[in-house]
Amino acid sequence: MSDHREIAVTVNGRRYREAASDRMLLSDFLRQRLGLTGTHVGCEHGVCGSCTVHLEGAAVRSCLLLAAQADGTELRTVEGLASGDRLHPLQEAFREHFALQCGFCTPGILMAALDFLAHNPTPTRREIAEMLSGHLCRCTGYAPIIDAIAAVAGTGTTPEVTS
Amino acid sequence: MSGASASGGWIGATPHRVEDETLLRGRGRFIDDLSPVPGAMHLALVRSPFAHARIRGIDTSAAAASPGTLAVLTGADLAATGRPLGAVIRGATEHHAVAVDVARYAGEPVAVVVARDRYLAEDAAELVDVDYEPLEALVDPLAAAEAGRVVSDRSFRYGDPEAAFAAAHALVRGRFPFGRWIAAPVECFGVIADWDHAADSLTVWANFQGPFTLHTVAAGALGLPAARLRLVTPPDSGGSFGVKAGVFGYIVLAGLTSKICGVPVRWIEDRVEHLAASGSATHRVTDVEAAFAADGELLALRYDVIEDVGAYLRAPEPATLYRMHGSLTGAYAVHNVAVRNRVVHTNRCPTGLNRGFGGPQLYLALERIMERGAARLGLDPVEVARRNLVPPEAFPYRTPTGGLYDSGDYAACLDDAIEAVDYEGLRRRQAERRAGGDDRLRLGIGLACVVEPSISNMGYISLAETAEERARGWPKSGNAEGATLAMNPLGGVTVRLSTVPQGQGHRTVAAQVAADVLGLSPADVEVQSEMDTHVNAWTVSSGNYSSRFAGIGAAAVAEAAAQLARKLRRIAGDVLECAPADVELVDGQARVVGQPDRGVSLRRLAGAAHWNPESLPAGLEPGLAVTAFVSAPNLDPPNDADEVASSAAHGFVVDVAVVEVDIATGEVRILDYVTVHDAGTLLHPRLVDGQILGSFAHGLGPALLEQTVHDDDGNLLTGSFMDYLCATSTEVADLRILHRCTPSPFTPLGAKGLGEGNTMSAPAALANAVCDALGLDGPDLPLTAPRVWEALAGAGGREGS
Amino acid sequence: MKPPPFRYVRPDSLEEALALLATHGDEAKVLAGGCSLVPMLNMRLARPEVLVDVNRVGGLAEVRADNGDVTTGAMLRQSAFERSPQLRGALPLTAACAPYIGHFVTRNRGTVGGSLAHADARGELPLVLLTLGGSVLAESRRGRRSIAAEDLFLYHFTSALEPDELLTDVRWPAAAPGWGYGFAEMAQRHGDYALAMAACALRRRDGVVAEVRLGLGAVADRPLLAGEAAGVLVGQSLDGAAGDEAVREAASLAAAAAQPFEDLHASVAYRRQLVSLLSEQVIRQGWLDADDRAGEGGP
Ligand code: FES
Ligand code: FES
Repeated sequence: MSDHREIAVTVNGRRYREAASDRMLLSDFLRQRLGLTGTHVGCEHGVCGSCTVHLEGAAVRSCLLLAAQADGTELRTVEGLASGDRLHPLQEAFREHFALQCGFCTPGILMAALDFLAHNPTPTRREIAEMLSGHLCRCTGYAPIIDAIAAVAGTGTTPEVTS
Repeated sequence: MSGASASGGWIGATPHRVEDETLLRGRGRFIDDLSPVPGAMHLALVRSPFAHARIRGIDTSAAAASPGTLAVLTGADLAATGRPLGAVIRGATEHHAVAVDVARYAGEPVAVVVARDRYLAEDAAELVDVDYEPLEALVDPLAAAEAGRVVSDRSFRYGDPEAAFAAAHALVRGRFPFGRWIAAPVECFGVIADWDHAADSLTVWANFQGPFTLHTVAAGALGLPAARLRLVTPPDSGGSFGVKAGVFGYIVLAGLTSKICGVPVRWIEDRVEHLAASGSATHRVTDVEAAFAADGELLALRYDVIEDVGAYLRAPEPATLYRMHGSLTGAYAVHNVAVRNRVVHTNRCPTGLNRGFGGPQLYLALERIMERGAARLGLDPVEVARRNLVPPEAFPYRTPTGGLYDSGDYAACLDDAIEAVDYEGLRRRQAERRAGGDDRLRLGIGLACVVEPSISNMGYISLAETAEERARGWPKSGNAEGATLAMNPLGGVTVRLSTVPQGQGHRTVAAQVAADVLGLSPADVEVQSEMDTHVNAWTVSSGNYSSRFAGIGAAAVAEAAAQLARKLRRIAGDVLECAPADVELVDGQARVVGQPDRGVSLRRLAGAAHWNPESLPAGLEPGLAVTAFVSAPNLDPPNDADEVASSAAHGFVVDVAVVEVDIATGEVRILDYVTVHDAGTLLHPRLVDGQILGSFAHGLGPALLEQTVHDDDGNLLTGSFMDYLCATSTEVADLRILHRCTPSPFTPLGAKGLGEGNTMSAPAALANAVCDALGLDGPDLPLTAPRVWEALAGAGGREGS
Repeated sequence: MKPPPFRYVRPDSLEEALALLATHGDEAKVLAGGCSLVPMLNMRLARPEVLVDVNRVGGLAEVRADNGDVTTGAMLRQSAFERSPQLRGALPLTAACAPYIGHFVTRNRGTVGGSLAHADARGELPLVLLTLGGSVLAESRRGRRSIAAEDLFLYHFTSALEPDELLTDVRWPAAAPGWGYGFAEMAQRHGDYALAMAACALRRRDGVVAEVRLGLGAVADRPLLAGEAAGVLVGQSLDGAAGDEAVREAASLAAAAAQPFEDLHASVAYRRQLVSLLSEQVIRQGWLDADDRAGEGGP
């Protein structure tokens, strides 16, 4: 793959400039070029949701984007959620509710849920389930994830989403 | 949700998982996050588009010339340096990591491309020109049996089934196919292999879930003594549910490729590869016959089973078929059983470990026939179940097939379940609805009572051979697990597990267990769970399968901790001038029992042992590291009567599913679902419920949605997540979980496995519920809306028997 | 699952984009939201030489209301139909279908123009545009033309757009007094492609149906209008036994008009059954929805 293109992005507030080919997927760029391996890849056809990141504040599938498309944009990944020692309240809630087992699906779900709560701060459980249906988790049976998201919904702690 | 349990110990408490913070921060270390060796080249595999084809030739020249390509290898290249993958049964079709001469399933690897990155490797893979001569494909298990593609055909007889059938008041029979499905972890397979030509050894990093027996199989196929196959697993694995046992074939593939090319190589499976070629549950067709007395007593069972294991008998198959052998009578005290088991080859991907592993197939047949028996006798299914459950006073209970059930109170669990759903009320509502006018929404209630075996006896697999054949080899049994525990000079404790967790939280529980034994807090205990076969204490049964952790993996930690505690007590007895037996370990201290102020910190004792071994009591070996192994009792090799205790511990699960079926659309809605578990002592109740929820979702999947489907030519129709319909959050129903705890007398902590029970029970319970709602016998799983509707449309009653 | 090689170009202006399409024609693919195209690239089922990313072309995501129509730029994200109060008010039928388009995250990225140009016979937006009688604007260096929804969807995955044309705007007839709407679909899982779907726009006047359009999706190689079925409703009140009868007749005509396929998931007969049920449902929704309004106007 010839890496003839320079991609400049800001991820989690940090600026990067790395080479990529035209066809490199954003998920691969984040993981392989920037070393941000918290964004996971589970299907590469947009179904499992594990690659979900924020692009200009909106949750998107990074396996359905080219790195080239992100040039000049601002991204946020799971690595950018905690501040120092402090986990983000949603991350805390996941821990509290045992909402992860293998944790492979978790980063994508966290990113999607944050964007979701920013638009719908007080969702019903059904609405949370509908949002979550865009993500596969084969470990938890989903209920604990819904619990965790419901627990932070409406607490006013979440809309602190991407800058 | 933290702090010690009510009893004051950490076992039974619900501390946060130590695994979580790393994972939540995106700092997990999964296989594709690792670069353990520099310069690894990437593999892409060329896979057969045909289910069955002769490979007349492979032209690799264009691919080899493709940019960034280092090498293109064929099956013949690999076979020249490696060996076939060993199979459990002699006479099974020879299986190579990459097909030689003939491809036998769509998706089988036929060539390997080695290139600078995966993009370039896939470019080159497209240029590999394979000349195929398509051959006729066999897809259906019954057709395969008919065609004589039978690898193993064994018949078993326990008690006097013929007499029981002759004396029966009622006979019911049915055929219950259970199609293929796959637990499909969200993370696919991954292998990094580095062949060292100087040492003639291979180091492999893989998200495999063993070593167990498959390390041995892989070493054999690599042509290596086992000591020169070093297997390392990453700290994190993105789920497995058994499926990643299939990684071992790719360990061989990548290892041989690294050997031939002289470079380290890396292969990360993609989802299309995973769905086509990683494995799946077996496709099993069970004909079952049950003999009942008029009062509902189950007198005898007869099974005729055809098990499709795919194109090759991939180890440990045909384990799916024999894993439940000691439990063929399920939860029922019936003494007469006849079984015929046929294992057949088809032109489909080889099957393998998959959550539930033989249980879903068995219990669909058994629980459906119980329901049908009740209907035939005009009795309530709950009454028929109750009439036949193994009674509490019968434990330990020997099943006719040789299983030894450890403990339980099955009837009490059943009572709990029917009370929780208000069974009487439901039946009343159902009768009212049936009597009422609008019958578009039909109510159905389904029951499943299943015994959930855990901690497999590896010896059960040898039942696929006759007693005489077995006598020619080594007797096999066993389930042992090891753990290493060490105290550092400052009194901190490290534990190294060999249980290869894939998300279950073993590290959290191991810390609880060690903390309890050593009088510490889990925070004082660091647990590592990476497998490194050159470092860890492991046995041929080590790994993550058959729900072994709670019963045997955690017990190994407890045993190692107990041995360390004994040593610490001896040192403390010396320091405190008392008998070691009078020393207790509490709150980081060694104290004289009954005299809380006479004590010494563990840190002091550890310091002494490390810094001043001379000060140790005479005869005490220096060092504070302990490796211990434990093994559950009663697991002998199969005997000459083909009886086998196939598992060490047996939990019990009762499910009641309440569904509403819309007969206009065929939609099945779950109105209520209760599961009652008895898994003995619960080490961490929240993690227990997590396993139950997950295993329920994996049971609901193949019950309602998920199936791996091939067309008549063996082409996969469910090759992406667009067509393989994993259950999502909007389909997985709310589950109500109740517990009873009858500790196992056979496991050191009294715990039983519990991660597969609902995968076994949910398909049966949901099938019973839907059949109850519709008053007809079908359709086959999965009970998708279109299939339910078709069954109704085609029904004037497809009732068997 | 990595895309084959291609050249990626990202025009900033419409002129540039049209010039690129004019040059590369058949060899080029327009990259909008990527929800359908990129999976096909990753599976190597699509192999364009040039990928023209129109995400940064200015002015393609605007919303304008004029003359009883709402015009949305092609690059408007699907999520806008759920989130924008203006669009929800003016385009209730589009808003009703929006939650069924893929999932929360894909709707953030997927675009209205992308869905229409993709012409997936199972798409919600094509069905709704057809049901409302909307149209699209297509532009190329040769000029600009309007294509009615009825003429846009040719067959599965094939639209009437020429290779050098870019879909720039979508014209949606806005809700007007007296009109009511219904949308329903049945899928195996939430967010999956529908096994069948139906949409209805219905004008009620003087206690009877004055005008009605009934659209069917996922049951032919393109979305369909069930004209004959709609016809039996006109002039009828849908209340009471006679209304029930009319709705049932319309539903069975709709089922007959469908041309469903058999696939892995469902049979032809089942899909027809769904068409009948869903048609009934959306007609009733439309009737009730129209109940408390009055007046006239476009759909
Ligand atoms: S990897 Fe992107 S959705 Fe699965
Ligand atoms: S926690 Fe394992 S897939 Fe969700």
